[in-house]
Amino acid sequence: MSSDPGPLIDVRDLARTFDVRRRVEGKRRRVRDEVHAVHDLTFSVAAGEMVGYIGPNGAGKSTTIKMLTGILVPTGGQVRVGGLDPSRERVQLARRIGVVFGQRSTLWWDLPLRDSFDLLQKMYRIPPARYRENLARFVELLDLGAQLDTPVRQLSLGQRMRGDITAALLHDPEVIYLDEPTIGLDVVSKGRLREFLRALNQERGTTLLLTTHDLQDIEALCDRVIVIDHGTSVYDGSLAGLHAQGGSSRTLVVDLVDEAAPIDVPGAQVRNVEGPRQWLSFPSDASAAPIVAAVASAYDVADLSIQEPDIEDVIRELYSRGA
Amino acid sequence: MLHVAVATRTFRRYSTYRAATLAGIFTNSVFGVIYSYAYLALWNENPTAGGYDAQDAVTYVWLGQALLMTIALWGGGTTDDLAERVRTGDIAIDLYRPVGLVGWYLASDLGRAAYHLLTRGFGPTLIGIVVFDIALPASPLHAVAFAVSLVLAVIVSFAIRFLVASTAFWLLDQSGVKVMSGAFAIFFSGMMLPLVLFPGWLGTLSNALPWASYVQVPADIWLGKHVGTGLLAALGFQVFWAVVLLAACQGVLRLATRKVVVQGG
Repeated sequence: MSSDPGPLIDVRDLARTFDVRRRVEGKRRRVRDEVHAVHDLTFSVAAGEMVGYIGPNGAGKSTTIKMLTGILVPTGGQVRVGGLDPSRERVQLARRIGVVFGQRSTLWWDLPLRDSFDLLQKMYRIPPARYRENLARFVELLDLGAQLDTPVRQLSLGQRMRGDITAALLHDPEVIYLDEPTIGLDVVSKGRLREFLRALNQERGTTLLLTTHDLQDIEALCDRVIVIDHGTSVYDGSLAGLHAQGGSSRTLVVDLVDEAAPIDVPGAQVRNVEGPRQWLSFPSDASAAPIVAAVASAYDVADLSIQEPDIEDVIRELYSRGA
Repeated sequence: MLHVAVATRTFRRYSTYRAATLAGIFTNSVFGVIYSYAYLALWNENPTAGGYDAQDAVTYVWLGQALLMTIALWGGGTTDDLAERVRTGDIAIDLYRPVGLVGWYLASDLGRAAYHLLTRGFGPTLIGIVVFDIALPASPLHAVAFAVSLVLAVIVSFAIRFLVASTAFWLLDQSGVKVMSGAFAIFFSGMMLPLVLFPGWLGTLSNALPWASYVQVPADIWLGKHVGTGLLAALGFQVFWAVVLLAACQGVLRLATRKVVVQGG
């Protein structure tokens, strides 16, 4: 047939509706409502891509991931992952994907890390040589050597997370879904994890689909962002494009020595004044340097800081403009 | 191989609760003594009740106490883990794995049952032999058949407990159904009174229900009440329920993952 294998993940007009029953005052029976958790969702991901899948809470991210992995059956549209229909061929698909949750562990809490990995080796029928090689590599890269014999329940969050990532990768999955992988981790651990994921993608061509609220995860890892809101895609493209389209702004927080009238410098607008502290916003694609220089030359400044735009704000902006 | 590893792991997990195990053996033995004297009083009045003699009756009591935890008569066992994982949404993780859920939990429950048999099973049986001179298996053949019957009893009980735990997919919590199912189990398994004492249609009915596989069938095999094709028929009865109920587990699971939302994101 065709030599082009097509996209690794192919989602077309995907929909998932839930029936929700709610009580209405004055009625004895509960009223049935249809909630469209996901609708008209179309996107595809090629092998080797690193894609950020973002959106506010309740936007439909988890619902999409559940349908991509086959644990939730779509009520409309089509999903194909690696040529398989996830919900019909869930078990076959499971051998080819990896899943990592920031807030849940796939490890067995009462077992030492090593035993969890051994169990996974049997579960995924990983050839022993390949298993040893992978384990050695991940243990080294993720610095897990000292924890291998510790029961999972005694690991720190960062150690547990690294254990979970190893667990998800031992069987060489083609795709790995990461749900808030850096949540609760300190800055150093976050950095190390991102570096590891980037290396994984480059060395093995593993496709990454990442849901996160941490813009820096996306910035460090993803060339492409899909934004979902109210169950459907509202943006699909580069991160820079997202900022431009969302019209997002950065904030310069200025602590003056004395209280003053709102600061007036070109290129920035005062958003808020509280005593000697003022908040100035400026477009996120503009440089902060001339604004900082202008403020510093005209006022007695005690301190300055810059706040990056919150991904939620960008998305909210995007959505309110699109609607 | 995987399922053996799973069973071994659960066996080890249960074996960490040593004090609870000892307390459990003690409790089983106390109930064994109480029931023994109650049954002896009964068989003193009617020495051939249900076709048992007094020694059969007392043996039946101690077998029941030994089987109580092994078959997890009250419910629970590893299926409680399942219900809890459904409630918290961790079940999603089990579903991401390339293994069937029923086989996984069955392996785990067999590991648990093996541990309970070695401790909560052998403990009271030993006390029954020493204190009440209970009967040993009728023949080596019956001993082997009893072992097979015991495994089948655990499988039938597992399947019923799995179905009960699966109600958590719809009800979020299995506890109400579990209590109800436990009540049926204690009555229809023959744990409270041997089913051979049940009169008329109640006897016919209770001997046809799956709970008879729990205590009545293995105990009758131990006591040598089934011989020849009767023995095969008794084991066949258990196999029938094991197959039907395991198929039901698969069906319910398919329904649950199709119709029901896995909790949490």
